Amino acid sequence: MARYVFGRFLSGLVTLFGITVVSFFIIQLVPGDPAELQTATIADAQVSEAVYERLRELYGLDQPVVVQYVRWVGKLAQGDLGSSFHDGRRVSAKIGDALWPTLSVALLSFLLTLIISVPIGIYSSVKQGGRFDRIMSTLLYMLYSVPSYVMGMLLILFVGVKLDLLPFRGMRGDDYADLTLVGQMWDLAKHYVLITFCFTFGNLAYYSRFVRSNLLEVVRQDYIRTARAKGLSERRVVLKHAFVNSLIPLISLIGLTFPFVLSGSVILEYMFSWPGLGRLYFEGVLQRDYPTIMALNLITALLVLGSTFLADLSYGLVDPRVRYDD
Amino acid sequence: MTTEPNTLETPSPSGLRQVWQRFRRDRLGFAGLLVVLAMFAVAVLAPMLANEQPIACKYDGALYFPALIETIDQIPLVTLVVHKPVPFRLATFVYKEEFDASRGDWAIWTPVPFGPREIISPPLEGPSGLHWLGTDQSGRDVLARLIHGTKISMKVGFLSMGIAALIGLILGCAAGYAGGWVDMVISRVIEVVTCFPPFFLILAVLAWFPPRIEYVMIVIGLTRWVGIARFARGELLRIRESDYALAARALGVRPLRLVFRHLLPNAMAPVLISITFGIAASILIEAGLSWLGFGVQAPEASWGSILRAGYENLFTAPHLIPPACIAIFVAVLAFNLVGDTLRDVIDPRLQTGPRA
Repeated sequence: MARYVFGRFLSGLVTLFGITVVSFFIIQLVPGDPAELQTATIADAQVSEAVYERLRELYGLDQPVVVQYVRWVGKLAQGDLGSSFHDGRRVSAKIGDALWPTLSVALLSFLLTLIISVPIGIYSSVKQGGRFDRIMSTLLYMLYSVPSYVMGMLLILFVGVKLDLLPFRGMRGDDYADLTLVGQMWDLAKHYVLITFCFTFGNLAYYSRFVRSNLLEVVRQDYIRTARAKGLSERRVVLKHAFVNSLIPLISLIGLTFPFVLSGSVILEYMFSWPGLGRLYFEGVLQRDYPTIMALNLITALLVLGSTFLADLSYGLVDPRVRYDD
Repeated sequence: MTTEPNTLETPSPSGLRQVWQRFRRDRLGFAGLLVVLAMFAVAVLAPMLANEQPIACKYDGALYFPALIETIDQIPLVTLVVHKPVPFRLATFVYKEEFDASRGDWAIWTPVPFGPREIISPPLEGPSGLHWLGTDQSGRDVLARLIHGTKISMKVGFLSMGIAALIGLILGCAAGYAGGWVDMVISRVIEVVTCFPPFFLILAVLAWFPPRIEYVMIVIGLTRWVGIARFARGELLRIRESDYALAARALGVRPLRLVFRHLLPNAMAPVLISITFGIAASILIEAGLSWLGFGVQAPEASWGSILRAGYENLFTAPHLIPPACIAIFVAVLAFNLVGDTLRDVIDPRLQTGPRA
């Protein structure tokens, strides 16, 4: 096992290096730099030239690319993500601000997904091939095929504009500051509804299918037969013996998908004027704000790497065959 | 190993035929395939379906076929040989204004007699007998733009996945066949690219290029190859030790030929499935990028840009949103259905999606 962990760790380190290289060079490959962008509006050529050089020096853009890379990694190692080219704020502060809106929606959405899809999955597997199973799977497949931003547009149009039921711009209403505490919470909750739904509905099909097929697999095991032979109720067999044993793959599925959800959705967050990471990234791209783009790329990639690593480890722990695979 | 002499009177149908026979029996999958084909037809025939110039017409005593020629001209290089005759080729020439029945002019118009870029009516009008889906913010016919948007979607879907397949197959085959350090390096590269959210990567690269649909295709292709590479690698790892690979090697078949002639055809099933899903994803990404303003530029039409126009005029022109939504939904659903059915039919082992 130690050997397996070590091997995984080593290959993870190589990948980590690759991630920093991609995060850094994807920005550098391209013509034009932020100094150029900021001086583009200065009409006087000579002033513009001087300011340009000063800015380049300030950002360290006058150094060879490799030196810039090493410096960047060195700062990263100290936890320094740099400052935004756009407004000079610390990138870590900007990300900190945007983290909660995205994280809260992601957590809510995962919670909802589990609350809805686990019971559906269990019930479908018990009544495999029955009417409930078939209707649910068709219904959820239809939902699954609706792209999230298409659903977002339709919800905004029908629920937000036509019915005027729910707000769809930002996290808070205009009168938020004047509301009572209860009123504020109600206002906040209303703003969460549409965007959370957009993050959730597509997962339902996947998760309920996943629960269903895992359960069907587990139900065939000998210990389930033993449990039935002992005379336990079907309800107890399914919930206690079967479902609990099908939890491990479910948890690792959540672990693997979570980092991607955390990166937010650029389109959805932009659509709902949601001040999260996806929108921060998009604004960074519009403003050619290198540090912000690089930091967000790097952080999400690291999260994905980390959770893949953990998932691999847990598989290796549960299933010894994996350890000898490579 | 024992080999049975082939004594069957009728040879069993070939693998491809078997797949097709099973595919045909899946009603949903078949419907999906029909929709895909229909969309393809709409894309190719777009200039004959919605055009400001007629399919055939008489103008000032002579016969012209502007929309027909425009359709043919979509084939690369044909423009060099066949092109619209002079009055119709000029940007300033508007046939609808020059049309004069008293002179004996007549015209067979396209089903939607408007071009995707033709500014013809007041902006943001709701659906009417003249404009079935209304007009957009510049007074262009929405249906015409939807039809021509199909062209963009199909083009992006197929070409970007073509690029992705090329990269993915080459790298995947190299890793799976060569093994050793080649596999090590390529596997790490695959892992690195997998770690980035695809949309982040695409935006990061696109941000620096002038917004053109060609770049969108290339960048989507450059970021979406990992799935294909992974499948190709896995399959090649599996079959390179098979008896027929050994037999071919014993016969002295060179590695390149071995891979492309003997191994790859047998590894295509999961790759093909991955490509089908990839087309759906690319269509979705392109529409999303165009919605954000990074894809197709005005006045060109894309489903995403129509959707964007609707978003910007939510209160005044709600009619812009549902048609574009339906187009994107149907396209994605059709390709996913085809992909799911292909997977069921070719290789039930690969079943992971939400449809059982």
